[in-house]
Amino acid sequence: MLMTQILTRELKKILGPSAVLTLPEDVLLYEYDGSVEKGRPNAVVFPSTTNEVSSIVKLAAHHNVPIVGRGAGTGLSGGALASSGGLMIVFTRMNRILELDFENRRAVVQPGVVNLDLTRAVEHAGLYFAPDPSSQKSCTIGGNVAENAGGPHTLAYGVTTNHVTALELVLTDGQIVRLGTQQGDPSLYDLTALLVGSEGTLALVTEITVKLSRKPEAVKTLLAIFDTIDDASETVADITARGITPAACEMLDGWTLRTVEDYIHAGFPLDSAAVLLIEVEGLTEAVTSQAASIDEICRAHNAREVRVARDEKERDLLWKGRKNAFGALGRVAAGIYVLDGVIPRSKLPQTLRRIQAIGEQYGFRIGNIFHAGDGNLHPIVLYDPHDIEQFKRAMQASAEIIRYCVEVGGSLSGEHGIGMEKSELMPLLFSDADFALMRRVHDAFNPHCSLNPGKVFPLTKGCGETRIRSQALHPATRA
Amino acid sequence: MTNDIAARLESITNAPHDFIGGDIQSYAIDGMVPSAVARPVSPEGAAEIIRFAAKDKLAVIPTGARTKLSIGARPTRYDIALDMRALNQIAHYDPADLTVSVDAGMPVAGLNAALYEQKQFLPLLVPYYSQGTLGGAIASGIDSPLRQAYGTARDFLLGAEFIDGTGALVKSGGRVVKNVAGYDLHKLLIGSLGTLGVITRLNFRTFPASIDGSRGFVASFSTHEAALAARDKIAASSLTPLTLDVINPGAAKIFAERTPATPELTVFARERQRDAESLPLPGEWLHAREWQLCTAFAGVSEVVSRYVRDLTRVAEQFGATAIAILDDTTRPSIWGRLREALPLFREGNSFATIFKLSILPTHHAKAITILQSVAHAAHLLLALVARASGTLYIAMLPKDATESSAEAISLLALEVFSLGRSLDGRASLLFAPSAIKPALESTLNFRPHSDLTLMRRVKSAFDPANVLAPDRLFRESL
Repeated sequence: MLMTQILTRELKKILGPSAVLTLPEDVLLYEYDGSVEKGRPNAVVFPSTTNEVSSIVKLAAHHNVPIVGRGAGTGLSGGALASSGGLMIVFTRMNRILELDFENRRAVVQPGVVNLDLTRAVEHAGLYFAPDPSSQKSCTIGGNVAENAGGPHTLAYGVTTNHVTALELVLTDGQIVRLGTQQGDPSLYDLTALLVGSEGTLALVTEITVKLSRKPEAVKTLLAIFDTIDDASETVADITARGITPAACEMLDGWTLRTVEDYIHAGFPLDSAAVLLIEVEGLTEAVTSQAASIDEICRAHNAREVRVARDEKERDLLWKGRKNAFGALGRVAAGIYVLDGVIPRSKLPQTLRRIQAIGEQYGFRIGNIFHAGDGNLHPIVLYDPHDIEQFKRAMQASAEIIRYCVEVGGSLSGEHGIGMEKSELMPLLFSDADFALMRRVHDAFNPHCSLNPGKVFPLTKGCGETRIRSQALHPATRA
Repeated sequence: MTNDIAARLESITNAPHDFIGGDIQSYAIDGMVPSAVARPVSPEGAAEIIRFAAKDKLAVIPTGARTKLSIGARPTRYDIALDMRALNQIAHYDPADLTVSVDAGMPVAGLNAALYEQKQFLPLLVPYYSQGTLGGAIASGIDSPLRQAYGTARDFLLGAEFIDGTGALVKSGGRVVKNVAGYDLHKLLIGSLGTLGVITRLNFRTFPASIDGSRGFVASFSTHEAALAARDKIAASSLTPLTLDVINPGAAKIFAERTPATPELTVFARERQRDAESLPLPGEWLHAREWQLCTAFAGVSEVVSRYVRDLTRVAEQFGATAIAILDDTTRPSIWGRLREALPLFREGNSFATIFKLSILPTHHAKAITILQSVAHAAHLLLALVARASGTLYIAMLPKDATESSAEAISLLALEVFSLGRSLDGRASLLFAPSAIKPALESTLNFRPHSDLTLMRRVKSAFDPANVLAPDRLFRESL
């Protein structure tokens, strides 16, 4: 324990006493994120500058203590948990917007800047930051970069990686490196593209250059109401096939929308089987013609009704219903488990039927609310986390859904990441040879597995028995 | 030695299916000729060759149609040319999902012809379009004028299969449009010049061919400042044009006089009737003595009217001396040349030396002012394409191959690299005649980047034995 005390003292010397937490009751608050996983750090630190991050990393390396970076802790796959204990670096104090270049539509931010705060800082100039995860009011851009976060509007505008042009990193030896260019063309290998979505396993990101997008001059939000899920799914397939790319195309199934409506009062019809929330954006002239085409397609697939939000207030209400849906579901069950799987868009109807069947087989209510336009599903399993038996069954049902997504040609995760949650499912997609290369790339950055160990790779393909021994006061637990 | 490598290749491969031999001279890069050429018919056959090379410490350079093979540093070692063109099939195409999975040796134009049957396309309209392979388009990292609307390959490459330097057949990404499982290794292949892996298959997002029947708009300006300001104003507006480039009088003159040597395969409806014909020359509307703003757009008639109205207003605001609206019979003459700008510059001048300078668009005016004054003093003709995305292509076109021309190029090249550094961007040499490339490379010294150590580590993770195109992107050792 002597080592821990020395480490704590040195950390306080670098950061000051108010930026270091080591008391069990304090670090306890950092053992969760938005997932069902757990992992308690031994110490939590809050650096304010890149140089401080570099010093902390060097110190941790010297003491052989593993490190994990964390933003707001809203992640849904356990990516920002200290799965092997050690030191957690929380970036919430590195929350300054360093540079705004309206002419070139670029912003340089520290990793702790909250996603929506960037949009608020530039909206007066008619600009915004496009990635819009549901947690955008609290999640940080550093976290978005680590997870390659998405959101409803990524259908037309792309996920985080499509909006990041340059990064500043602190490597595992404390060295500070810059990647990419402000403009966006890579410098030699496109390591920026590799770092985005690497789930904090390669380096700590301390500065991010992002593209800002122009706010569209016109937006139309449509709510299409269906009596069968199949009609709604086929509508999505048809919109895609006809070459229309809405800015967003979200689906809520009947049971989910009734639950949401009880709470949000967004005006969702209570007796329907599914609704599609579709948004088209762009030039006024283009939006008018696209909305008309979408209306026609919905009706051709037996939509009972197609409503168009008349004003900003109605639009916000419809989106409130979508973005707060997980919270609404949380009211009706002791626990909800939000899945994240991707399927080829044409496989939507059959996959939704399969999810329904899996729910019945395991005895769970599974709600569906998801990014239908890009095939990114979010089935929500309602269960009681205090009932160990039920928890296990919920995890089995979830794994079966994800397996089905992969079977039909999809993927394990569209935007939540692999983290601790899905690392053991990775062999469904990747071969030993694939892991071997990923592991060599991992080691090129993180040779001693000191940074965010126990993530992304299945136990036998990654760091395995972590080579670094944590000075764990409280051994990490896993729910 | 030569026969020895060829003979050993034959003994390890599935010859004659994996064809060994051929016109070795035509695989030369900057005068360096490989000892053997192999043309595998399967990814496994190609992997076998890489394992053989790794064991014997041979250098392999993967090739496609060899249209852009001279991009990159002169090879330091070159034992085997690995011609991937026999792998040229579409593996999966799901029109309803707008995704396609295709062998790397397939020509870009061939894929687009197949996609167009379903009224879709891949917005990778890159130079040497009719011959170039998909693998080559990705490995060269070359962009397309359509990046204004669709981004670069980084934005629509969903996954890849490739052979790493150990000879293992690996994959990353997938075939769905949204995916965060595993590292995005496939994105590192873009612009890697074959140094990280031999690409065998590529998965792309496809797009509706709604750019069918698109229109063009060309405005002439007497200064580059005015043309660039108009360009940036449009880029910042609500308009979302398909392409948005400014070309200088040097480039405009070449566009007005020359037609690309390659047969003109095009993908879109009415242009299809002119398959294999060459592009018509631009009309009187291309004012070759001035700076030209070239943009294209598509949409229903109300949208088209809106573009014409807004573009005209912006052009007039910045003092355009002439404006032309092009329909889909006249637009291809300029659009086809914009796509083939680099080949056009090279075909007309065998000493053409071409650089890419990636800087923020608002720095273009300053950079061009500096480059023009240096070029003018050195009597060097410049052809420029300045994309609204910030990518600036700089072609130096000397009149002859004299020593003074080489010096002028070298002087200007130093300026390009210095601008890249001072403007927080990046400069790279794309094409240089073999005669001056060695001198130019040593002048530029492939200046170390702060991130070079990291780049070397990544290269070594992919290719521990340094088998794949050694030293072509950067010197792997000092």
